[in-house]
Amino acid sequence: MNTAPPDRPRPASLSDLFLSFTVLALQGFGGVLAVVQREMVERKRWLSQEEFIEDWAVAQVMPGPNVVNLSLMIGGRYFGVAGALAALSGLLAVPLVLVLLLAVLHDRFGALPAVDGALRGMAAVCAGLIGAAGLRLAVSLRKHPLPRSWCAAIGALVFVLVALFKAPLAPVLLGVGGIACLLAWRRLGP
Amino acid sequence: MNPILQLSPADWLNLFTHFLTLSVMSVGGAISTSSEMHRFLVEQHHWLSQEQFNQSIALAQAAPGPNVLFVALMGWHVGMNAGGTGAALFGVLVAMVGILTPSTIITYSAARWGHRNRDLRSVRAFSQGMAPVVVALLLSTAWILVSSVGHGGADWPLWIVAGISCLLMWRTRLHLLWLLGAGALLGAFGLV
Repeated sequence: MNTAPPDRPRPASLSDLFLSFTVLALQGFGGVLAVVQREMVERKRWLSQEEFIEDWAVAQVMPGPNVVNLSLMIGGRYFGVAGALAALSGLLAVPLVLVLLLAVLHDRFGALPAVDGALRGMAAVCAGLIGAAGLRLAVSLRKHPLPRSWCAAIGALVFVLVALFKAPLAPVLLGVGGIACLLAWRRLGP
Repeated sequence: MNPILQLSPADWLNLFTHFLTLSVMSVGGAISTSSEMHRFLVEQHHWLSQEQFNQSIALAQAAPGPNVLFVALMGWHVGMNAGGTGAALFGVLVAMVGILTPSTIITYSAARWGHRNRDLRSVRAFSQGMAPVVVALLLSTAWILVSSVGHGGADWPLWIVAGISCLLMWRTRLHLLWLLGAGALLGAFGLV
């Protein structure tokens, strides 16, 4: 996983990877995925939009939390196993300490309405961030080999099933994802 | 609070292997195995109370960082029930190493294989076919997140905050922390 084009920005070292993932993890309330897109693709440019989508598709169908998988793949692309572990521990170490502190405070003082409210407000902002990342990536699908209307239909179907009908993920990935892969396979034909 | 639990080394091992097994099955994230965790930890062994189980998920969702940290909180609470802070830290270690090790090894190997063979027609078909699916999943996540943090009544202010931050993030390069701060203030004063 180490064939990035030479002229593009890349993490300077393992500690750069660790710190970058720590910083982005601390901005993710209610999930980190969209922050990964913003930091890694838009700000640092370690990945292109297309690479992000590709890596993330793998992260999604493999077992394990998808941001954890994504961090492994991004770290591994530049520094092999050591990079994967640096990114992974950056993602987890400081947030782990924070969440344990929060649990201790919660046990000792109970829920504070102001804190609960603040967390709820930050989650709403993060939902907006996630939506924005989705819209940006949707724009990057313009270069997709499938016709635009097919992409839109596949996307709409997934959204309706997962967001509105709360369908479990595995059958959606297998069913709709499988059909989409078959369509792409035929389009890419010899 | 639960009465103090007596956990033998065999119980800890049982807990560890349980998380190892769940890790292999955790497609879509550890949260997709949470009903199985509930069956094992709460119903079968009574190592966790229902409140501790719910609180672990809610707290990890609210706090910064990946949501998989709810597994750490479950380990923490099992350890707390079994005797105190030392056991709780051990519980965190057992739970997190268990839930992450198998999936990490599988994903890393698969990603490396895929990257080496990325010119194969099947690998390209996979990544291109999945692209619209994963983009739609991201939009679904946003939708689900707003619906799940609401308090079940009039949630329209939350949707407005989410909508405005979505537009600002999409169209401007404003730093996320400003928006998070604004969201926190609005929430702390009970406005959303």
